[in-house]
Amino acid sequence: MSRTKRAPWRGATPGPQDPNKPRLTTSAMIASLAGEGQRTSPAPFGRALVELGKTRPEIVGMTADLAKYTDLHVFAQAYPDRFYQMGMAEQLLMLAAAGMAHEGFVPFVTTYAAFASRRTFDFISQGIAEEGLNVKVCCALPGLTTGYGPSHQATEDIAIFRGMPDLTIVDPCDALDIEQAVPAIAAHDGPVYMRLQRGQVPLVLDKYDYSFELGKAKLLRDGADVLVISSGFMTMRSLEVAKLLEADRVKVAVLHVPTIKPLDEAAILHEVGRSARLTIVAENHSVTGGLGEAVAGTLLRAGVVPPRFRQVALPDAFLDAGALPTLHDRYGISAEAMARSVKGWL
Amino acid sequence: MEARTTTLANAPSLEERAYRVRHNALRMGEVQGQGYIAQALGVADVLAVSYFHALRYRSEDPAWEGRDRFLLSIGHYAIALYSVLIEAGIIPTEELETYGTDDSRLPMSGMASYTPGMEISGGSLGIGLGIAVGMGLGLKRKQSDRFVYNLMSDGELDEGPTWEAAMSAGHWKLDNIICLVDVNRMQADGPSTGVLNFEPLPAKWEAFGWHAQRVDGNDIPALVRAFDAARALSEPKPRVIICDTKMAKGVPFLEAREKSHFLRVEQHEWTQAIEALDAGRKS
Repeated sequence: MSRTKRAPWRGATPGPQDPNKPRLTTSAMIASLAGEGQRTSPAPFGRALVELGKTRPEIVGMTADLAKYTDLHVFAQAYPDRFYQMGMAEQLLMLAAAGMAHEGFVPFVTTYAAFASRRTFDFISQGIAEEGLNVKVCCALPGLTTGYGPSHQATEDIAIFRGMPDLTIVDPCDALDIEQAVPAIAAHDGPVYMRLQRGQVPLVLDKYDYSFELGKAKLLRDGADVLVISSGFMTMRSLEVAKLLEADRVKVAVLHVPTIKPLDEAAILHEVGRSARLTIVAENHSVTGGLGEAVAGTLLRAGVVPPRFRQVALPDAFLDAGALPTLHDRYGISAEAMARSVKGWL
Repeated sequence: MEARTTTLANAPSLEERAYRVRHNALRMGEVQGQGYIAQALGVADVLAVSYFHALRYRSEDPAWEGRDRFLLSIGHYAIALYSVLIEAGIIPTEELETYGTDDSRLPMSGMASYTPGMEISGGSLGIGLGIAVGMGLGLKRKQSDRFVYNLMSDGELDEGPTWEAAMSAGHWKLDNIICLVDVNRMQADGPSTGVLNFEPLPAKWEAFGWHAQRVDGNDIPALVRAFDAARALSEPKPRVIICDTKMAKGVPFLEAREKSHFLRVEQHEWTQAIEALDAGRKS
């Protein structure tokens, strides 16, 4: 029996072009998430690791042929003898990091989120986490941050990793978050999975009274009508949405949750329980198994139930290839799309 | 000199050590009534030569920094490793009675978090050699001259990560890794030839940049020569000793059993097994 794919194919054959709506191109594997004219900071992960390396000689960098695409090359240039190119072998990468940690080193390991979560789960679980080893797995291309399609879109990485006992999971928002998270996860004795942005990374949180603390959620702005609980770059988008909705006199609070596991349940319960607001969880991740369901479980177990609960998240599907702005709009995680959703729920 | 060698006055011979390892394994098997006895009996000579000829360690301090690392990649061979760790004085003999029972430090599959002298949690097969690569790199960073031994089964040759690690060890010229492959040709679903053919083994390892030796893994003098050659080699290459072993070696009526991956032994047979082992004991 043949399982050969037949029409309809997912893409469209060229039709008449709408002159007002040019087709965007997919661009490079990793495009910056910065909007037009937005402030950015270059390679925050690599630079923070170089800085930390000055006082922590036991830190080493290891990668599976993706140093340049994870900003680990910055560390490699600063400390060539502390950098290990392990080849395009992610399973080995995790095991070798375990071996290094056994010998007292603190490996910062990089690859793409899709490969770390799908391909190397067993090796992180049994090689690293079961023994509580001090390995920091830092991955580019989390969620929907590339237009290359499902092979590279790690839309379920958090769902996968949340099931792993003793693993700390961090989803930083911007360059400031990443820079501050690097020394914080290095100071934590145990395995960590951290999502990365690389290259020109948006800088947003310096305008807020904020600093990264591992395991802590932080209220970035208050608002009486809507509470958005968010992680990763969706916190940046949520802050944009809050500003967009000011025009409609809708007041939006944003609680940033950069540590997904262990979850700051106390802060979440406090904010949700404080007043009866539409509560939205916004994340760059599938609607299944991410921050949204983690928050929902926390609320239900505690009997703290908001009047309405909604998720801004990616669909439980293999997503399209294409240009990131197109895809973020299509799947509802651009600021404009999210603002439309929120208004619809009010 | 911290190394255990057979040249010490009054030290038991390696043959006697191997006998005691087998004896311990049979007694632990009796606690459970079944288990990976055939593998333990088969690999006992390799373990005896490892722990009483080659390895540097301190019985009273299993985490001693100056030890040679010994990784048990095959978690279900735990019964074999416990047997030699008891003989080496790292685990007290009386704990043997607790093997595989609730709250024991000696669970059925080996885990570092349970047992002194167990370096890693193996069992998800194919992970040991990759960890050995990281340890080998780490030891070189520390300018340590200690070896990392990785004991793996022939079944683990089916696993992709084994070959990622083999390629990597060759690439990094990790001459501080000695991989021991127990080739008993019996996997969970039957003989390896019918599960997945892994021959020709020496040529495969050599193609990955390794120094390869193949020996009769139940011939103690041959094992000693192979370990000595692997340790003394000046070539900057990782080293593998492919050990052809016989399942259930030393207990003839168990050697003859076909379903030997997970042996079931009747209660009365344990006494017979120990008697058969004793009959072959070399004084």
